[in-house]
Amino acid sequence: MLEIKNLICGYDNFLLKNISFKVNSSELVGIIGPNGAGKTTLIRAITKLVKPKEGKIIYQGKDITKLSFKELAKDIAVVSQDVQFPDMMKVKDFVLLGRIPHFKKFQFLETKKDLEIAEEVMKLTGVLKIKERFLKEISGGERQLVLITKALAQEPKLLLLDEPTAHLDITHKIKVLDLIRKLNKKYGLTVLIVLHDLNLASQYCDKLILLNEGKIYKIGTPSEVLTYQIIEEVYKTVVIVKENPLNFRPYVFLVSEEEIKRRKK
Amino acid sequence: MNKKLISWFSWSLILTFVVFIVMLFSLCVGSVKVPLRQIFNPSDKIIKEILFEIRLPRIILGFAVGGALAIAGVILQGLFRNPLVEPYTLGVSGGAGVFICLNIVLKIYQKFGVITFPISGFLGAGLVIILVYILSIKKGKLRLHGLLLTGVMISFISSSLIMLIMAVTKTEDLHGIIFWIMGSLEGPNIFLVKIAFLASIFGLLISYIFSLDLNAFSCGEEEAHYLGIDVEKTKRLLFILASLLTGVCVSVAGIIGFVGLLVPHLMRMLVGEDHRILLLSSYLCGAGFLIFSDTLARTITSPLELPVGVITGIIGGSLFIYVLTKRER
Repeated sequence: MLEIKNLICGYDNFLLKNISFKVNSSELVGIIGPNGAGKTTLIRAITKLVKPKEGKIIYQGKDITKLSFKELAKDIAVVSQDVQFPDMMKVKDFVLLGRIPHFKKFQFLETKKDLEIAEEVMKLTGVLKIKERFLKEISGGERQLVLITKALAQEPKLLLLDEPTAHLDITHKIKVLDLIRKLNKKYGLTVLIVLHDLNLASQYCDKLILLNEGKIYKIGTPSEVLTYQIIEEVYKTVVIVKENPLNFRPYVFLVSEEEIKRRKK
Repeated sequence: MNKKLISWFSWSLILTFVVFIVMLFSLCVGSVKVPLRQIFNPSDKIIKEILFEIRLPRIILGFAVGGALAIAGVILQGLFRNPLVEPYTLGVSGGAGVFICLNIVLKIYQKFGVITFPISGFLGAGLVIILVYILSIKKGKLRLHGLLLTGVMISFISSSLIMLIMAVTKTEDLHGIIFWIMGSLEGPNIFLVKIAFLASIFGLLISYIFSLDLNAFSCGEEEAHYLGIDVEKTKRLLFILASLLTGVCVSVAGIIGFVGLLVPHLMRMLVGEDHRILLLSSYLCGAGFLIFSDTLARTITSPLELPVGVITGIIGGSLFIYVLTKRER
């Protein structure tokens, strides 16, 4: 579905280098890596917000530079990190913004179909009961769900999420990630998700891409990527990796520096 | 959707009706009071002249300028995502003012006609918008905090520049500048009234092409991009539109502040955030508000006339302080 070939892109002070990977249809792929590894830049490159200096990004067999912003937005939706929520907008109107890419030229109002889709995705994500509320009145966790709902209203084939669980409590973390997995498994939505939490990434993703200093360090299943050698090398910190008894995936325990010193003695 | 459409339609009707009433009121009152029933077929020749040659052009100008300033406010607030931004507080009106003053002093209009007034206004306004935008961008992100301060400072600089121009000007030009600077709808040039009216209606129509884009902008430029909007292109076109509207307004009516702040603020409370109704309702409300303010300006101290900018300045400035202090809390 998405293929990135030898991509070089970025800003003056930061570059992604030699990025090549493939995302197959209906895959749930996680992007992990330390702060400043280039995770957000990669998301921006796929949505044409950052231009590639070299290399190609192929979506459904087409070079994305040949697709218009609108064409891309019809297929690829993004849940980005710092959204400015218009406080005085109602939840249902915010979700309807997701229909904008599907508006025809000179179309001015939402069609019946647009409203039905909005209603449907709100039901799916469970925000239907707060649809009449203003954005300023809902909690951070609810906002994140509403943001995902807006992205789903775009009827994307590929969903990109940039740390959708940052700043959320564990209840909402699980809620958001369960929802994403349900969308992936039940509806076949292809998902590319940036996650900081290695254990959540391990638990939810089929495939992980580990970025470090603008390069791909390792691609593979969670068990292949999340070994203590790789994590210690990339994150420059000591960890213990065990198998999670619930799902047999790797589970990373952090070890504090003090603990290491104490044990050495 | 039907519910939404019905509510939008009723708001438009109500506001149109209000504007109509204000227009009739404005036609009736003044140093010569005309009874309502005489408006539609005035018997007296003098009354006819007062109605259709003095008051009506003024009302039409008020309509055009009020509406245009209000939607320029809506557009700028949408782009900068700040409800306190408008042509006056951003210094855009001031920039237009400087260029028009230069036009008067350098007598460009004598060579190329009065059409140079709106053009020089447009150029000045555009220059300031670009300047403010560049100054408040840092690392590709708009810093909203600095934005207003930059705008207010540019306003200051512009008025100082205007004073500088006035200080070195011959007395016969001085009268023209002072008369125009205070912001007044008095004794308009009929050609400019026509230009302002056309530009204002044209601006409203064009703004509607961007109404959905403005909605998308309400969650930030990055989000707008993800919704498939060509952010840079849209921004550029909307800046041009806002400059055009402001430039034309300033060139015919001088610097009238705060219409673009007051009106959209009120309308957001009444009709909501959706630009598809916000633009039209602000246009109508702005038109009605300016005609009403102008009527006040020429009647409360009658026979003396106040510049309408004084009225809008007092009302709008107070609201500005109120909103600012409320936001900080």
